[in-house]
Amino acid sequence: MSEYRIQGATGEWEVVIGLEVHAQVTSQAKLFSGAATAFGAEPNTQVSLVDAAMPGMLPVPNRECIRQAVRTGMAINANVNKWSRFDRKNYFYADLPQGYQISQLYHPLVGEGEIEINLDEKNPDAETKRIGVERIHVEQDAGKLMHDQHPTRSYVDLNRSGVALMEIVSKPDMRSPAEAGAYLSKLRTILRYVGSCDGNMDQGSMRADVNVSVRKPGHEFGTRTETKNVNSVRFVMAVVEYEASRQVDVLEAGGKIVQETRLYDPDKNETRSMRSKEDAHDYRYFPDPDLLPLELDDAFLEECRQSLPELPDVKRHRYEEQLGLSAYNAATLTADADTARWFEALLAEAARIQKKSEGEVAKASANWLLSELYGALNRLGKSLEDSPVGPEEGAELLALVADGTISGTIAKQVFEIMLETGDRAPKIVDEKGLKQTSDTGAIEAAVAKVLADNGDKVEQYKSGKEALFGFFVGQTMKAMQGKANPQVVNDLVRKALA
Amino acid sequence: MSIDLQTVKKIASLSRISVTDAEAEAMVPELNNILGWVEQLGEVDVTGVEPMTAVIPNHQRLREDAVTDGNVRDRVLANAPQAEHGFFAVPKVIE
Amino acid sequence: MTDLTDLTVADIRDGFRAGDFSAREVAEAFNANVAGAKALNAFIVETPEKALEAADAADKAKAAGEPLKPLSGVPIGMKDLFCTEGVQTTAASHMLEGFTPTYESTVSKKLWDAGAGMLGKLNLDQFAMGSSNETSYFGNVISPWRRGDGDTAALAPGGSSGGSSSAIAARLCPAATGTDTGGSIRQPAAFTGISGIKPTYGRCSRWGIVAFASSLDQAGPMARTVRDNAILLETMAGFDPKDSTSLDLAVPQWEAGLSSNLKGKTVGIPKEYRPDGLNAEISAMWDRGIDWLKDAGAEVVEVSLPHTRYALPTYYIIAPAEASSNLARYDGVRYGQRDLPDGAGLQDMYAATRALGFGPEVKRRIMIGTYVLSAGFYDAYYTQAQKVRALIARDFEQAFEKCDLLLTPTAPSASFALGEKQADPLAMYLNDVFTVPASLAGLPAMAVPGGLDGQGLPLGLQIIGRALDEQTVLNAGLAIEERAGFTARPGKWW
Repeated sequence: MSEYRIQGATGEWEVVIGLEVHAQVTSQAKLFSGAATAFGAEPNTQVSLVDAAMPGMLPVPNRECIRQAVRTGMAINANVNKWSRFDRKNYFYADLPQGYQISQLYHPLVGEGEIEINLDEKNPDAETKRIGVERIHVEQDAGKLMHDQHPTRSYVDLNRSGVALMEIVSKPDMRSPAEAGAYLSKLRTILRYVGSCDGNMDQGSMRADVNVSVRKPGHEFGTRTETKNVNSVRFVMAVVEYEASRQVDVLEAGGKIVQETRLYDPDKNETRSMRSKEDAHDYRYFPDPDLLPLELDDAFLEECRQSLPELPDVKRHRYEEQLGLSAYNAATLTADADTARWFEALLAEAARIQKKSEGEVAKASANWLLSELYGALNRLGKSLEDSPVGPEEGAELLALVADGTISGTIAKQVFEIMLETGDRAPKIVDEKGLKQTSDTGAIEAAVAKVLADNGDKVEQYKSGKEALFGFFVGQTMKAMQGKANPQVVNDLVRKALA
Repeated sequence: MSIDLQTVKKIASLSRISVTDAEAEAMVPELNNILGWVEQLGEVDVTGVEPMTAVIPNHQRLREDAVTDGNVRDRVLANAPQAEHGFFAVPKVIE
Repeated sequence: MTDLTDLTVADIRDGFRAGDFSAREVAEAFNANVAGAKALNAFIVETPEKALEAADAADKAKAAGEPLKPLSGVPIGMKDLFCTEGVQTTAASHMLEGFTPTYESTVSKKLWDAGAGMLGKLNLDQFAMGSSNETSYFGNVISPWRRGDGDTAALAPGGSSGGSSSAIAARLCPAATGTDTGGSIRQPAAFTGISGIKPTYGRCSRWGIVAFASSLDQAGPMARTVRDNAILLETMAGFDPKDSTSLDLAVPQWEAGLSSNLKGKTVGIPKEYRPDGLNAEISAMWDRGIDWLKDAGAEVVEVSLPHTRYALPTYYIIAPAEASSNLARYDGVRYGQRDLPDGAGLQDMYAATRALGFGPEVKRRIMIGTYVLSAGFYDAYYTQAQKVRALIARDFEQAFEKCDLLLTPTAPSASFALGEKQADPLAMYLNDVFTVPASLAGLPAMAVPGGLDGQGLPLGLQIIGRALDEQTVLNAGLAIEERAGFTARPGKWW
């Protein structure tokens, strides 16, 4: 992997990055209560008495939240701990009703795993790097404070209080903004594949605490800062870049890096110290006495394993090796779980209609999806999710081309009409009479006319300018209004010129 | 281990209990007395002993993932010292 | 006609069914006693209307020939640590003054569903922290008992369930709920000449009970007879999916299983419970207890619980640690008191609110708990305490290889005068020396009265059983009750 170095006055510096990613676990109900988790509800409506920490209220864990964290661990080849337990992290804040967050410090649910990143997914020869994951644990989210509704008061909304989060802690294995960005993207891809987090960074479903330090290459780790709640891949990269150069400046000016919590301001593209939160934290972690140790049995773990989908790396290799797709196409199609799902639906349908293997229809399907469909969606400002044409309709169109009913050129026209009208390809081809012809009589007549009209070019062809062959074919196709079978046209032109 | 006035004030602050200097001073011998007494536990040989995790052998049950609660805002806010527009209100927090 | 307030729970239940009296008559009799006993300060809130409401429902059901419930016609007192919907619940703290829960604790709901009526919310030590009921924000509870020599000194009813013990001994209610973290059911029962049982940890749901120390807190009944305890515990116990530490087990029919025949049972006498300097009257009472159990057919053996002397220090690390965290929720944001000095920010509001809302003993325990969990001390205190706790539990397991139950005194002394031990927290803590070990091990344990001391004050005996073996504990309690013939009651001076 290319080495990222900061050129300082005293020489080169290396940046060391670790990410703690908080990912909201996809579940109907909260981690320890039966209140809903949906985004955007009226304040304090998705709050149970447990979430509001009323006296005497007790937590009972949600199986699905545990299951999703276990599946996530399995997806990054991590050790799942059959014995784990919940600890209380004690601190006082208005968004934390219990006065403690139920988390896991001493015995997390998931131990060490790793994630393979590739700085250039589209380039099959680009180097890959494995980033270690230290642990994944499950914990409660806090509520939300609103500061702008009243001049002297802050308002507390506990709807998010108690929603399940996975904290995914990487090792300090990243060395450049690009690596940090690639790690976060890849992690998001995996979570979306597994279905354990929707990855909606703009809704706060995923956010990263970015730990950055700098050192002279080969030296000990430097003191790190932690920039909290960074909510996009781009911002994570910006934070690393900004923090690294800020730290180099401080160090080279003879200063020291303070271990502290910082906040990223996207508008100014800078980080600043959150001194207000620095008031001597001592979280007094201890095992939550309201909960028992979490012991997972083999059947539970087996179900987690069995229910894992094919993961992005495996899928990409399969697309290349078994479907014969290019490295670029395979990478593009597998970068997002939804795209891969759409592609596989298209592939299955295309193979079914054409009575061929998926391998035989893969290239045409991939090409159509990535160029025709993506082009159209881009133009319309839509995504695959709200595509006006579904995989089945797409497969029908591809089948018409494959069996020679229409040509590739006509297919583009048909697709445009599909997008406009919502009609299906066979109906459009029928109604508009777009079926291509293999009627040799009509084509022969057209060929004869083209040759007769272009006697000079026929002479040139015959004296060796063979490139003109394409011209005759093109003119014939034009005369046939695109509906002639290209293979038949080819054959007849060749015959007529012989 | 013996704690001093500074430590008592630090514990009070961590506990979010405001204490006057006089109260803190009174607590120094009181807490030292109790802590000195519990420290006799240090003499117990606990080699190879695991800390107790569950008082009575029992396993952690897991709930099914279903929305069974919530939509009780009135009950949640009923005892609030200050509630406005469906929120709990607290003195302005500067982050 | 007998005074209805002298009847036991079983008498009331059965007499009501037999038509000897109406439920309303019973409720009215107890309501009158409650109203006439302000001097004891046993109640924080009186709810005569609730008692009448339940009684009328019982009378109506009976008149209509509808099936009656297990506790139809029986009014009880509810320790003010149980959240009761629509009725102020304070844990005897200023912090929760005015707090009216919008929910009902599992245990209290089970009791109401079984037909019981509520006479009121009983006073207690603040957040159940105390052994003499002197830490309540709503004033001390006074024991109905007085020393025999004409002394009018106000005596402690024990704690933390001091309102419960005082009210039962004074015939203000036939039974009441208690909670026991380190002896809070057993020690007050012993001080007032009544019975009480702390069941196995996990038998009674903790849902809706204001938490003190989660790994120790356990609800249980208090009443004048062993049978009444069995009746109430059957209703209070049971699996609750809302409490992760609740035991998913069927509730035995303890009342039906009562038998004072202890043939085939072996009683262990832990030698560490008889330290040098044990009060001679306590020691003599214990010996009488041993004889009674022998008389009931039991074998008696000496056993050893070697880590007994470490139980109290262990408890005074674990309980405050858990409490310091459990009580963090009292911050003046969502319920309870709020103290917002002029210009105070959020964290200042917390500190002011908690300084105002908590009493001195609660603050002391929060501070100790905060300290033992704080950075650098956690392993030395908390982890060490949980290891010693495991050893204490192991002591019991090993003892129960040789015996089926243990007999010990309940408390190291009879009731003492209010104010006597208040100056020295440690002296107060030592009161729980015999009750704390079973709490740490989660075992069922019961206090039954054995007799009076030289001053005319009740002394109790404690029976500790194997986990889940409440039946043997109750049966041994019954054997003692039958032989002790404890009929003493405090003269009415209030």
